[in-house]
Amino acid sequence: MSNSLLISTRKGLMIYRRTPKGWKHKSTHFLGSPVSVALADAKGKTIIVALNLGHFGVKLHRSVDAGATWTELAPPQYPKVEGGEKDDKAPALKGIWALEWAGPDKPGALWCGTTPGGLFYSSNLGTTWALNDGLWTMPERQKWFGGGTEHPALHSICVDPRNSNRVAIAVSCGGARVTTDGGKTWNVGSHGMRAAFMPPDKQFDPDIQDAHMMVQCPAKPDVYWTQHHNGIFRSVDNLKSWHEITAPVSSFGFAVAVHPKDPNTAWFVPAKKDEDRYPVDGNVIVTRTKDGGKTFKVLKRGLPQGNAFDLVYRHGLAIDKTGKRLAMGSTTGSLWTTDNGGDAWKLVSSHLPPIYAVRFA
Amino acid sequence: MVQVHFTSHLRHVAPGGVVTAAGTTIRVVLMDVFARHPALKTYILDDQDRLRVHIAVFLDNEHIRGPETMDHAVRPTSELYILQALSGG
Repeated sequence: MSNSLLISTRKGLMIYRRTPKGWKHKSTHFLGSPVSVALADAKGKTIIVALNLGHFGVKLHRSVDAGATWTELAPPQYPKVEGGEKDDKAPALKGIWALEWAGPDKPGALWCGTTPGGLFYSSNLGTTWALNDGLWTMPERQKWFGGGTEHPALHSICVDPRNSNRVAIAVSCGGARVTTDGGKTWNVGSHGMRAAFMPPDKQFDPDIQDAHMMVQCPAKPDVYWTQHHNGIFRSVDNLKSWHEITAPVSSFGFAVAVHPKDPNTAWFVPAKKDEDRYPVDGNVIVTRTKDGGKTFKVLKRGLPQGNAFDLVYRHGLAIDKTGKRLAMGSTTGSLWTTDNGGDAWKLVSSHLPPIYAVRFA
Repeated sequence: MVQVHFTSHLRHVAPGGVVTAAGTTIRVVLMDVFARHPALKTYILDDQDRLRVHIAVFLDNEHIRGPETMDHAVRPTSELYILQALSGG
């Protein structure tokens, strides 16, 4: 099981280590600064951290010694447009919402998803970045719009374990897209998603879907799960189509995790839809299916029941490679882990800053 | 030469103390500073070289605001303060 956790919070990056006595705080980095997402290599030595400073913009830092020292990198930058310094509509980086390794055959290469919707690629551990033109210049991108943010947010990047040139992305609100040529061209990957809140003729438009988070099963990469604004969706045909699934308590939420070996097993953290966004009846629960969404079990052992306001954001639920250990962090600074697939959760801390992302390292 | 002061919150990327810079507008003055302190630039300007929304600019004790801020004229004896706006907290 993974014994290290990166916790991205509103007040810094916290690293927790699993010890014989449970999860213990190991170190804090960038104390006071909002950390939107962090990524580590398999050894936990190289860590890339994205900050979103309220005044000074998005910043990127890298450590190659497990956080002992940090180097500030130039963040991804949108190309300058003519007259852009006086054009309110000219694009600029608003936030980093996703960081993923580009594949085992591309050592040191990274994908980065951003607000306002651009996808960036770095071949050198984040030292330099290039905007993916294929996605950015795609005519359908003009249909994208913000969901929860003013601008579209590219939050999910799934690098296919069979072929690292096959990459799927998901956007709030822009549905899912997939490339099979390393990012030169992008095809629609969100047919079947439904947005009930849109005008009738637009409800199945694949380019406006508010996918909150999309994950791919590593062992069965034809299978994807998405927690969508409208509910839960699953694709079993490599993104050719999606079908909608209804879960108990609420199908609304942000986070989803899929079992690394079993494509039928997935976890969700429901919330009261959709403007309320707190646990239904104040009870923090996780829903888990083991049969591809036919049935769900409500998991609540170890989680607060009653008067709880913990919301788990899209990157707030993580699973390790065994599929038994999960971690979950909330907007009210609670962090839980489980070693039995969610049957029982253990509180690690209830007084962290608001948590944006958790990830096993 | 224009005297430029940066908020202490930028001390890890900004020059210590007062910086002197040349230019007839706020933009030109700042670009002169950034030429010598390139790491500072993305903290003050965005990808399109627009002033970040939550940066406050005071020129000779006047709070300069609005879309023309960067083009505001400065005098050779001006004093320029680059601060974090409270709106961004």
